[in-house]
Formats: sequence, structure tokens, C-alpha cells
Amino acid sequence: MKVLMFGWEFPPHISGGLGTACLGLTKAILRQGVDIIFVVPRAYGDEDQSQMQLVGANTIRVKVNQYHFGETVANEQNLQYVTIGSNLIPYVSEEEYFDIINNKVSVDRQFKTYAHADTCTIDLHGGYGGGLMGEVSSYAYIAEEIAKKFNFDVIHAHDWMTYDAGIAAKNVSGKPLVVHVHATEFDRSGMHVNQVVYDMERRGMQAADKVLTVSNLTRNTVINHYGVPESKVTTVYNGVEAIGAKSSIQFEKSVDDKIVTFLGRITYQKGPEYFLEAAAKVLQRKKNVKFVMAGSGDMLEKMMWRAAELGISKNFFFTGFLRGDDVIHMLSISDVYVMPSVSEPFGISPLEAMRSNVPVIISKQSGVAEVLKHAIKVDFWDIDSMADAIYGIITYEALGQMFREYGKKEVDSIKWDNAAKRIKEVYKKLSEK
Amino acid sequence: MKNICLHFSVHQPFKLRNYRFFDIGVDHYYYDDFYNKSNALAIAKRCYVPMNKLLLSLIKENKKALKVSFSITGSALEQFEMYTPEVLDGFKALAKTGCVEFVTEVDTHSLVSVTNNFDEMKRQIQENADKIKALFGQEPKVFKNTGLVFSDEIGEQLVELGFKGVLAEGSDQILGWKSPNFVYCCDRNPRLKILLRNYKLSDDISLRFSNQRWSEWPLTADKYAAWICSSLEKEEVVNVFMNYKTFGEYNKQESGIFDFFKAFVSIIVNNKDVEFATPSEIVKNLQPISVLSVPQYSSNADEERDLSAWLGNNLQRQAFNAINGLQKMVRSVDDAALTRDWDRLQACENLDYMSTKYFNHEQVSSPYQTPYEAFINYMNIVSDFEERLNQYPVSSRFSLLSKEELENEYKKQKELLDELSGVLKKSSETKKKAPAKVAPKKAVAKKAPAKKTVAKKATEKVETKKTAAKKTTASKTAEKKVAKKASAKTTKKTTKK
Repeated sequence: MKVLMFGWEFPPHISGGLGTACLGLTKAILRQGVDIIFVVPRAYGDEDQSQMQLVGANTIRVKVNQYHFGETVANEQNLQYVTIGSNLIPYVSEEEYFDIINNKVSVDRQFKTYAHADTCTIDLHGGYGGGLMGEVSSYAYIAEEIAKKFNFDVIHAHDWMTYDAGIAAKNVSGKPLVVHVHATEFDRSGMHVNQVVYDMERRGMQAADKVLTVSNLTRNTVINHYGVPESKVTTVYNGVEAIGAKSSIQFEKSVDDKIVTFLGRITYQKGPEYFLEAAAKVLQRKKNVKFVMAGSGDMLEKMMWRAAELGISKNFFFTGFLRGDDVIHMLSISDVYVMPSVSEPFGISPLEAMRSNVPVIISKQSGVAEVLKHAIKVDFWDIDSMADAIYGIITYEALGQMFREYGKKEVDSIKWDNAAKRIKEVYKKLSEK
Repeated sequence: MKNICLHFSVHQPFKLRNYRFFDIGVDHYYYDDFYNKSNALAIAKRCYVPMNKLLLSLIKENKKALKVSFSITGSALEQFEMYTPEVLDGFKALAKTGCVEFVTEVDTHSLVSVTNNFDEMKRQIQENADKIKALFGQEPKVFKNTGLVFSDEIGEQLVELGFKGVLAEGSDQILGWKSPNFVYCCDRNPRLKILLRNYKLSDDISLRFSNQRWSEWPLTADKYAAWICSSLEKEEVVNVFMNYKTFGEYNKQESGIFDFFKAFVSIIVNNKDVEFATPSEIVKNLQPISVLSVPQYSSNADEERDLSAWLGNNLQRQAFNAINGLQKMVRSVDDAALTRDWDRLQACENLDYMSTKYFNHEQVSSPYQTPYEAFINYMNIVSDFEERLNQYPVSSRFSLLSKEELENEYKKQKELLDELSGVLKKSSETKKKAPAKVAPKKAVAKKAPAKKTVAKKATEKVETKKTAAKKTTASKTAEKKVAKKASAKTTKKTTKK
């Protein structure tokens, strides 16, 4: 079986949960004996040239290369990795996104890096704002070409930007379309929904033969807000990669104080202000605690002002955006990890924290709350509960021990392979129809 | 004549309120009154009141052929008194029939019996026995532990308390091939007879009666009576022990549980070979068939029938140790409010809620989302409780201090005394000189603040971390003590207690 998969980011260039999820999922699906053609828009151009072949699809030049994972994957050769030149940068790091929106940085910067790669002939011009939708449709156009070129059984599209591509491919090939919802516009923007994006999401879900959601929370959103019939929507929980040899680096904690960490984009969706308010409550009673807000986003400045206003800046730290080892470092010295998301379709980060033996507090408004047992769950707005949970974990040692004992075990049982198995079943059913 | 022994345990825990860490040291009230009251009222309406009535009418109808026994914990009695006195009246009426025995419980519904602190265990048992005697006029003869926890060691202690019999779990772990349908006696002291719960026949009613997926559903009185009679063909006594909430709460009225019980009683009453008996009667009339050795704790909890439901994980053990570690302090302080809180905090439900064994099962209806929240809430309360205990002057716990600590305390107090006598001397000297120049009124005014500061200093030395309010009371006691010492010139012996 062969799957044509449309993604929008893939390692090494990941800035959010989606890239990680796509990587984990693709690897696991490959292990299930399913071949994948992975199509991803790229504006970086620093990928490994040695492995690439160039494929021209009419006037559009598309790169096809064999993607090699660092480690051995059974069917490595069965993953074809296609990158297409496009100005689709949907999930740039939030700081950049913010700057782009406010025209602080011209998007040209992105093109330049791409131009170096010298592999594409699509015209790239125009600002971010209006051009984005154009890029989405050009992506869809390319998808059409790819769909003509390759043989496959099922189409699998990840999140809204790729839905149109999925639909185009479906129209050309007549193959069934699976749409994978990692987040909806309601998660990203609360109630200030961008109508264009919403329409695109709705179009994709309606056109799809099967809609996969990452949690029941998202499943409900899809059913209630997008009018998709229940029978068409299936929940497939995300997994987490088993910890590799790479992260076996041990970081020593250099302070005696307890460290409580928030790690994520500092945006409305992630609920940083609730973390901050809870921190202020804890600090009223306990002085030897340090709170860390790692990440960047449009609410960063506001958070800094608020921390100063509450007079807790001495114990409240902002690190900016963390990458790679820094994340592992941050987690390994943390005593508590808090994810107070207002709306989180799944939320892999608490699983990563638990993998590093860190007790987690998660909001009930997250998909991961549906699968996790060994975590404290609070409503994102309930700062009293949140503060109490933080205080409890850093004060009563038995709690930390329990989390270390059970949390790790639990995380190890949440595997991508389980997700892949379910997805394979979905593929099978669809292709048999 | 073969016997059926019915025993109903009655317990109403005090649910703890959401106690946040910022309440520690600020708010000393730990209970969710609204929930406790509405819950007590609801259960009384569904279970206690109708079932008490039913039992009373059945005893009268059947001319006292129906006999049952109860055990009621202190917290249940307290809640009946506060919220539903009609329930208490119902039990009193039952007691008057002479067909109802009240078995002694651990008053706090705690696991004190596994702490090896037998003095405390005896105290908690005695407390319940006293209450039963005052309310229902019955002398304690038989004992039922929290969760039917039993071991040889506990048995030995029970004999010392004058008990003739004990109710325990007829678990396969302690019985092996033996049958629970006989009376056994304790390994350490054969004078204590053991009545073992027939868990199969007990759980058929309490756990399975309204379970429609059970292969034996619906359970009719005829079927159930036939099961009992068949087990009694060769054996002597069937012990059916269950929670009183089985009637109307675990099995709702609509399930037909009340009618079932009524029909069951009439079948047994009309059967000439089988009769109802109270635990005391069984202990008196039946001879033990063999010695039963229970070297390890057994209980009626979960499949394991051991202590793991309460002390299975680290959270539970730490919470248990935290509260039990305060026992000596609580006893030496002997403050009514503190003792009451300590009693309530010991209730084993608090540990139940922290169990991680059955995460997915909803067997334990915990008010907490996760065991972790239960633990945090409980520990916050224990922290506050401990703080309150520590605010008591050291003098109240002299008996607990080690020799070194006592010596230190003695030194401190002595220094204080010397300082005070020095100040007194000075002030009397100035008094003598003063009349010559200054008016006497002023001198008095000057003297007063001086004394106060000394007293304050003294108390600060004795205790640290004190709220302002407590300080004044504490300083008063300290002053008194110092005054006492000064006048009587006694040694540390006088400062006992």
C-alpha cells in the first residue's frame, strides 16, 4: 500500500508540535509496512542535496529525494520525500510570524534562503498577508501534478494548509482522502475565527472520506463546528517517541530552588497568563521557587509587564524560544511542568516532560488529558487549583516519587505504533471500498 | 440449629473541603459542610430511615425471629446527631427490641490497628464502646475492625480489652481450603472467637444484586435462601457482613432490594433448620472448630484482601505516617478541637482516595479527579494541623522531649528566670530612689512597658514562628509559668504536662 501524504513541516525544520507529530507518525506507519510519498512545502533550501533527484512536473520543478532517518527504520527506502518550492510558511516560529504580520521583517528573507537551493521555478513574490492564500492554491496545483505523476492508494493530508492539496489530488486520482486534524481554527484563534481558514478547513473535512482527529476534544469540535457526520470522524491519539540515545546527556541542576516550567508558544491558546497568576500565588507562600516561561509569542511582552506588576520578576524568568538540547536541558532541571492551555487539540509536550521524569500539570482542555492518568488535571482558568498542584508537587516529596515511578511507564506505553496501526486500518477500509 | 449472622456496618466519613495551600495557617476549618449535610440527608432518606423502619417492622412481624447486628463509627454517629436525628432514633428503637446487637468499631474508622500503637488503638475502640453504651445501653462483646482488618497480634490485644469475639474477612488467603462457615479461634489466644465473612454470599447482595450483567441476575429471595441453606447443610454458620448502604444506596430502591430482604427474612424464619443469630449469640453458643492463624494483616479490601487498598503506594504511606506521627503531640496537648480534627483526619477513606491500583475502575467513588489531588489536599490539611499543634507552648509536650531537649529547655527557662529576677531587682531599686525626685505615677508607667518587653523576649526564645494573636496567649502562659517557678522554686518536674 502506498500513501500520498501532504505535510507542512518536517524535521529538521520544525517549530511546533506538528513537525514532531508528522515525523513520529511517518516512521511508525512505515514500520507498519505502508509506503509513503511525503510532500512538504519548503522555503529553506538547506536540505541534503546529495540524496536528491530533481523531477520536473510540467513547468513546476519538484524535488524528490529519499529521506533518511538518523536511525534505522525497517522500510526506509519506501519513504519518498518530496519538497516543493513554495512560500508556504504557516508554522514559522511564532516570533517570526508576529514580526511578519507586523511587517517588521519582509518575507523576502525566506525566499532568499530558498533561492540558494536553486531548485525551483515558481515565482515567489508578494507579502505574507494576501499572498498566503495564493500559495495555498499553488501548493494545491503542484499537488495535482504530483498526483498525476505518482501511483498511490490513499491520500493523507495534515492540517488545513494541505487540505486543498488533498482535494486536488483526490479529484485527479479518484483515490480516497484522509484528512488529519491536528488543530482547528477554534484552537488557534479562540472565538476570533478567520473565516477564510475556517472555510478551507470545512471544505477539506467535507471532501474527505475520513477525518482523523488527535483527541475526542478535537473530534467534538469537528462534529459540532464543521458539521461533519460523527461516523466519519475517528480519534487517533498521538504518541511519543521513545527517548533516544541522543538525549541521554545529563544536565545537572545548579540551583537548590525548585523550578516550575512553562514551555510553549506564548500565545492566547497556550494560556501563559494563568501560569503567571498561579506562580504569583505560590510565591506568596514559598520563596525558594523559580518559575520559567520558555518560548516566544505575541503575548510575551504582556507577560513581562504583568510579572513586573505582580512584583515577582525576581523569581519569574523568560528564556525566549528554546530549541533542541535546550529544551531537554530545561526539562531535565524542572521539578514541575505546567501546560495551562486554553485549548490544546493534543499536546505532546507534557509527554516529553514525563519522559524526562518531570511531574506534569495539564489543563483539562487538552486532548492529552484524555489519555494521561498520572498527571494532575486542572481547568485552565482555575489558577487556585493550579497553584495548589504546583505547591503540592514541590512540597510533598512522595508526589514526585510517584510521578517518576508511574509517569515514565505510562508515557512509554503511549506509542506512535498504536496510532499507526489504527491509521493503517483506516487506509485499508478506505482502499477496499 | 444452623445460624445466619447478619451484620451491617454503618459509616459516614466527613468529606474534606478543597483545602488550598494558601489556607495553611490561615483557615483551620477542613470540612465540606454543605456536601456532608446534603449527603447525610440524601443517604438517610434513601437508606437509613427506610431500612431501619423495615427492620423494626420485620422484627415485630416475625416475633423477634429476625436478629441483626450493627457497627457504627463515631463520625456516623456525629453526623446523625447533627443532621438526621431520626436515624439515631431508628437505631435506638431497634436496640430496644433486644434483637439487635451493636458491635464495637474503631471510632475514627482509622487503621490505627496496624500502627503497633496499641494504646491508641485501645483508646479509639474504647471511645466507640462508650458511645454505644451511652446511646444503646449495650456492653461491648464483639469487635469489628475498620475494613475487617485482622491479624493474630490484633486478636491478642482484643482479648486484653475484654472482647470475646471478632469479625474478620473469610479470605482465601487466610483460610486456604477451610470454610468460612465455622467459628474459629485466635492463634495467640484461643479465648477469642473469630467470625469470618462469607464474601461470596455477602457480595452477592451488596455488589452484584443490581448488576444485570451478572449471570445470576435477577437474584430472588428463594434462590439466595437456597444457596445459604445448601452451604449450611454440613456447616454451621453463614456470616453475611455488608455495608448498611447496600440497602437503598448501592442497590437502589427500584432494584427491589427492600422487597428482596423482606422475602428472604420470611423464608428463613419459616425454615426450621436455620435461624438468625447475633454475633454474641454465635460466640456464646458455637464452639470453635479450629485455630486460625493470621500472621499477616487480612482485610476485606479489593482482591488482595490486604492493606494495599490503603497503604499500597508511597503517597498513602506518607500521608498515613504524617498523620500518625502526630499522635503523641495530639494526646499531650489534649485540646478538644485538635483531637476532633485528628480523629476525623484519620478516617481511612482519605487514604482510599489516594489509591493508584484501580485507576480506571470506579470502585471507589472518590471526590478527587486523581489520587494526586487527593494527596495534595490531604497533606495541605495535615500541614495546617501540624502548625496548629506546634503553636502550643513547649511546656505542653515536655513529656515527649528527650533528655537533651529537656535540659536545653531547662537552661532556656532558667536564663529567662535569671533575666527576669534581674529586671525585678533593678526596678525595685529604682523604685526606692524614685520617690525623691519623680512622682510615683510616672515610675509605674515606666515600669510596665519594661516588663512587657521582657515577657515578649522570653516567649520569642521559647517559641519561634508565631502569629501575633497566639503570642499574647502564649506570653500569658509563659508569665504564669515563670511566676510559678519563681515562687515555688521548683525544678523542671513541676512543668510536666
